[in-house]
Amino acid sequence: MAELTFLEALRQGIWEEMERDERVFILGEDVGAYGGAFKVTDGFSKRFGESRVIDTPISEAAIVGAAAGAAHMGLRPVAEMQFIDFISCAYDMLTNYVATARYRAGLSTPMVVRGPCGGYVRGGPFHSQNPEAAFLHTPGLKIVYPATVRDAKGLIKSSIRDEDPVLYLEHKWLYRRIKEQLPEGEEILTPIGQARIAREGKHLSIISYGATLWKSLEAADQLEKADGVSVEVLDLRTLLPMDDAAIVATVKKTNKVLIVHEDTRTGGIAGEIAARINEQAFEWLDGPIMRVTAHDVPIPYAPTLEDFVLPQTDDIVKAARWLAAY
Amino acid sequence: MALPATRPSGAVPSGAVLSADQLLELYYYLRLTRTLEERLVALYRQTKVIGGLFRSLGQEGESVASAYALERGRHRDILSPLIRNLGSLLVMGAQPIEILRQYMAKADSPTRGRELNVHFNDLEKGYLGQISHLGDMIPVMAGIALSFKLRAEPRVGLVYIGDGGTSTGTFHEGLNLAAVQRLPLVVIGEYNHWAYSTPPEKQFAVKDLAEKAKGYGVPSVTVDGNDVFAVYEATRFAVERARRGKGVHFIEVKTYRRKGHAEHDDQHYVPKTDLESWAKENDPIDRYTQRLLTADLITEGDLKDIDDRVRVEVDQATDACVNDPLPTSESALPGVYVDPPAADKLWFKVL
Ligand SMILES: Cc1ncc(C[n+]2csc(CCOP(=O)(O)OP(=O)(O)O)c2C)c(N)n1
Ligand SMILES: [Mg+2]
Repeated sequence: MAELTFLEALRQGIWEEMERDERVFILGEDVGAYGGAFKVTDGFSKRFGESRVIDTPISEAAIVGAAAGAAHMGLRPVAEMQFIDFISCAYDMLTNYVATARYRAGLSTPMVVRGPCGGYVRGGPFHSQNPEAAFLHTPGLKIVYPATVRDAKGLIKSSIRDEDPVLYLEHKWLYRRIKEQLPEGEEILTPIGQARIAREGKHLSIISYGATLWKSLEAADQLEKADGVSVEVLDLRTLLPMDDAAIVATVKKTNKVLIVHEDTRTGGIAGEIAARINEQAFEWLDGPIMRVTAHDVPIPYAPTLEDFVLPQTDDIVKAARWLAAY
Repeated sequence: MALPATRPSGAVPSGAVLSADQLLELYYYLRLTRTLEERLVALYRQTKVIGGLFRSLGQEGESVASAYALERGRHRDILSPLIRNLGSLLVMGAQPIEILRQYMAKADSPTRGRELNVHFNDLEKGYLGQISHLGDMIPVMAGIALSFKLRAEPRVGLVYIGDGGTSTGTFHEGLNLAAVQRLPLVVIGEYNHWAYSTPPEKQFAVKDLAEKAKGYGVPSVTVDGNDVFAVYEATRFAVERARRGKGVHFIEVKTYRRKGHAEHDDQHYVPKTDLESWAKENDPIDRYTQRLLTADLITEGDLKDIDDRVRVEVDQATDACVNDPLPTSESALPGVYVDPPAADKLWFKVL
């Protein structure tokens, strides 16, 4: 067993896949000798050479487009966005070209686009974003968003092996903040499309992912201790395709649902989850489906503002307490 | 007082006439930029700067000189600075206290704590803040220039782009649009040898950025970016040309990023010998003062007076804001739209 951070686990996952499969290669800004802005690919160019770890110009559309072309030809590109906020520059490539390729043209495009997302780090409006909702509405893409060290590794490996394009979102607040023992020598592959019960509970379910999964778990502990409320926490892990079965199962078990995400409220993933629960488990509900999300503003820089705008553990506690009493 | 017409390169600038006061004013902005940045470093180390800190050490000359070539004042020319163009902002009239407040995310900062560092505007004074997405300001500044053209105003826009930034799609689209519309826009391409850790040869296959502009039919010139006079001259020429309705002009300034991408970056990938030689032989402020001293245009005493004045100003600005409060939490909500006045406060905040 070795204790790894989220970032190390992600790094190890890509490394193992590159060792296993020579079709896998990396492209992105400063990913080579520098090892990436957050050091995810540190040491890769030394081990795998400059032809498999390609430093690109600052051209996100070209990075994603070139990844797609190479993927059509049987390679397995892993493209890095230096910050996921810059994926907007490749939005056209991803949504129009990449996502439609299989359906419209029968083209296989096995590629991963990954990058650091999320706030709580005083990054301001352009280094704090969570872009999942912009891509959830795009049939043809898959979106994974690991919260744990194990899934950081398991999901990057599964994403690289997937036959379709996968957007892999990695929360920078988790990079070095969480640690976990991972067995050495075990092949860790987290299946895409499967949620995970992060905490068993009876009275209420919190559905979350990413950094707010940890805030939800913290809130669940507090509620257990202070109120004797037993909270189940479901970690979605994959946002597209969504694990309806796991969502419905937890609703049927606790009959109350709080959805927590860091992205802003309007048009966020929580709306989609709520709709699915309405369609598939309406009669099992003993209360309204409620959301704890960011406020509908760009993510501001000052700590006081960011802390208010983004969901905090205390917000989740209050919201869950309200729902438990409903 | 006329400027002695010599450049270290030997080329002779034509017709740059700067008065003694202007020569001293240029020095004031150069020194202010460097001193203010040094103050920001101190505040960063005291963890008073909230986010990252990006230096322009060794590039102050091109920022200050290019901005100085504009017509400044209310409703005159407008520029859009990048993160390493602190000097340009100061020349356009941004106050040191505004910069300090921005970096420290104070309630009274120009963006009231919403945005970082030099990302702020004052369109009346003549500057439009960048967003982080590199290249985006090129088309936006083309639009500013378009408004000048449509209203037949004799105003000019100026926008900066890094050597790395010229790889973005928006740079190319914006430059091309400006070119076909013959907009009054001057683009300064900053060849400072690095884009984070990426050297020019991995960024583009041309030798000079100026070649890129030529591809769009935009006249371009490459100048010594650490020669204040050369940059001033070239910008002055381009600005006046644009003002006369002759369209876009691209000026490539060759310079060197002497600090890491930001304070966290130890730039181990940068050759030490480069850093040493650019610092010793090619510092824009040293070169500027040497030249003026040699030509007897200013005295050591003049320089010292300005240094003292700058130190006092930066001290006073720091003292005046360092202990100011951060914005109140709920001030995060208003201002997403004109109307309604504020974003909804979410339900769990009022339980
Ligand atoms: C579209 C986009 N992609 C990536 C980044 C991340 N990034 C910020 S600065 C930078 C390097 C910029 O280099 P250059 O344009 O040469 O400017 P310099 O830092 O040298 O002044 C990168 C890659 C960004 N800001 N925008
Ligand atoms: Mg550069």
